[in-house]
Amino acid sequence: MKTQGDFRDPEKVRHLLDAIAQKTSKNWSIMEICGGQTHVFLKYGLDKLLPSQIDLLHGPGCPVCVTAAEFIDMAIQIARQPDTLVVSFGDMLRVPGSCLDLLSARAEGAAVQMVYSPLDALEIAQKEPKRQVVFFAVGFETTAPAIALTIVNAQRNQISNFSVLCAHVRVPPAMTALLSNPAHRIDGFLAAGHVCTVMGSNEYYEIAKKFSVPIVITGFEPLDILYGVYRCIVRLEDKQPGVENAYARVTREQGNATAQQILQQVFQVVDRNWRGLGLIPLGGFQIREEYGQFDALRRFSHLSPVSVAADDLCMGGKVLQGLMKPDQCPYFATRCSPEHPLGAPMVSSEGACAAYYRYRRNE
Amino acid sequence: MSAESEVMDLSCPLPADHYTRIVTGHGGGGRLMRDLIDQIIRPELRNPILDQQHDSAAIELSSKKLAFTTDSYVIWPLFFPGGDIGSLAVYGTVNDLSMAGASAKYLSLSFILQEGLEMQTLQRILHSIRRAAEQADVCIVTGDTKVIEGGANPGLYINTSGIGEITIDPPLSPFAISTGDAVLLNGDIGRHGTCIMALRENLQFSPEIESDCAPLHRQTEALLRSGCRIHCMRDLTRGGLTSAMVELAQCAQVGIDLQEEAIEVIPPVQSACDLFGLDPLSVANEGRFVAFVHPQDTARALSILEQESPGPVRKIGTVGEKKSHGQVRLLNSYGGQRILDLLSGEQLPRIC
Repeated sequence: MKTQGDFRDPEKVRHLLDAIAQKTSKNWSIMEICGGQTHVFLKYGLDKLLPSQIDLLHGPGCPVCVTAAEFIDMAIQIARQPDTLVVSFGDMLRVPGSCLDLLSARAEGAAVQMVYSPLDALEIAQKEPKRQVVFFAVGFETTAPAIALTIVNAQRNQISNFSVLCAHVRVPPAMTALLSNPAHRIDGFLAAGHVCTVMGSNEYYEIAKKFSVPIVITGFEPLDILYGVYRCIVRLEDKQPGVENAYARVTREQGNATAQQILQQVFQVVDRNWRGLGLIPLGGFQIREEYGQFDALRRFSHLSPVSVAADDLCMGGKVLQGLMKPDQCPYFATRCSPEHPLGAPMVSSEGACAAYYRYRRNE
Repeated sequence: MSAESEVMDLSCPLPADHYTRIVTGHGGGGRLMRDLIDQIIRPELRNPILDQQHDSAAIELSSKKLAFTTDSYVIWPLFFPGGDIGSLAVYGTVNDLSMAGASAKYLSLSFILQEGLEMQTLQRILHSIRRAAEQADVCIVTGDTKVIEGGANPGLYINTSGIGEITIDPPLSPFAISTGDAVLLNGDIGRHGTCIMALRENLQFSPEIESDCAPLHRQTEALLRSGCRIHCMRDLTRGGLTSAMVELAQCAQVGIDLQEEAIEVIPPVQSACDLFGLDPLSVANEGRFVAFVHPQDTARALSILEQESPGPVRKIGTVGEKKSHGQVRLLNSYGGQRILDLLSGEQLPRIC
């Protein structure tokens, strides 16, 4: 078995960097979709080792960054109800809604707990039948199947005190939206390998064709990432837009059929408001009517969270669209820091601003 | 018979060891508490100073310069591969003394027990505390016991304070860190934090990850005895290597360059970190420390540490020029680099 270390091999990394440098003859802007990829670039300093003609644009693939503030406000409102517990992934708990984040709400007495898996949430609901347990589900197609499976399990085992606040979003419609913005600077994409592991690459052919861009499915270790960059540069230099899988060690053309089937069974595709990007047509998943009893938006439909219109200084929207680098923001590391964030990309461990703050500040 | 002793006589006459669990009465100041101390705690920790049975321990010290430190231990689960809350509470405080270049002499030991805690669990932990104190050459001379309400999984908290004697001059200090100093690390990092996380999440790694929880005094005392010019030492507990280095760089107002490839992380720890989305450099250790050594004494200090340390000892970096804002850079073998920074709060696992 290969370990992660094999995909961090310094000699192979240098070999790929040489190959990229040899192939690059012009200025190219490449967007990595996933915040995990942004962090790998910065953590290993790979962005600075690429030829200066390659400009990396950091994409919107940070699940908690794009979760609309109104969902967080709703989660907080639910967590304040008696005999109710809101559970979510750790990273979600720190992101501010329109005025508060879940961890601060917990400090004020709301019931909030961190879990690693939605199935853990279901277990809590089974152990505490007198309590309403609500899983706050955020993220892309990567984590959505696990949520769908949890909902199916809840129905099968008739766990009536469990529900899901579903804020899930879909990546391809967001890529279409980015490319439809006349101000965009994207020459090619590194598509998020884990999303494609679930969904396959079918959804990307139309985008690549319509906008004439290369979309290279890319993994997350240094070698995976640099190989993705290399293939993207080759396609740009050779004028070969289209879809390519540079993460074949994990991702298959058709994706994971079982996961897709359960997504289809439990969710329907809806328009969704993305934080920083606005309304993305067909950009989200909503729980289907058949599973409506597990939809927290229905169960708590009597609650109407008051979203405070924040004086929105955060330029996260521009950052998430690749129109601005985090350190170009006037508030970066001055008024905005992980301790006092103006917006989600500074808080999340996958946020581009957090990556620049952590690895690049004071350079 | 006074009114007060009549009231006292109303407490349950059963001795503490008839109870299989801690009850609130064990912290009430009455007979139950005395039974707990006399029958469960004192026999395990017996020594001449504890046997004085005063409100305070009367102790003797030969050095004029003392180190004094305190720490509280709230770890869950109470037992983990490589240690438990008891050994941790002894080693943690003793190691803080060792980092100041002091020889630990005396410890205090305070328990906050939760109602419902099994007596057997307490006895196991007391036994572990005694063994750890023996290992660390330290004497427990005073203590306290309180009982608080319990929850579904009753546990306990421990506070220990420690006094040690400082015999070296000049004393170790972050301000003594100088340009050119070598940074030495006494083993691979990230074991304690990942061990606890894996246990909490019921994940098994092969081979099993064991906490590195251990006393460091033999290593630090050997270094200091050798006459090597040691400028500062720091153990890599909460916040791991990153927090220790950043705090020291800022305090000493220097730049520090670390070589990533010199910092060892064993494969199961690396796998656990990859799985949880954590940076091993920021994960807690309980038996690792860095020493800042005069460049001319590096080789000798390395060989001394190698004799005393169970893990691979490495020079992991060098102290650079003075800077108004101290900064730590991590250089990797690709030729890339990044800034090491303190975490905002705790490390939270990422989503995908």
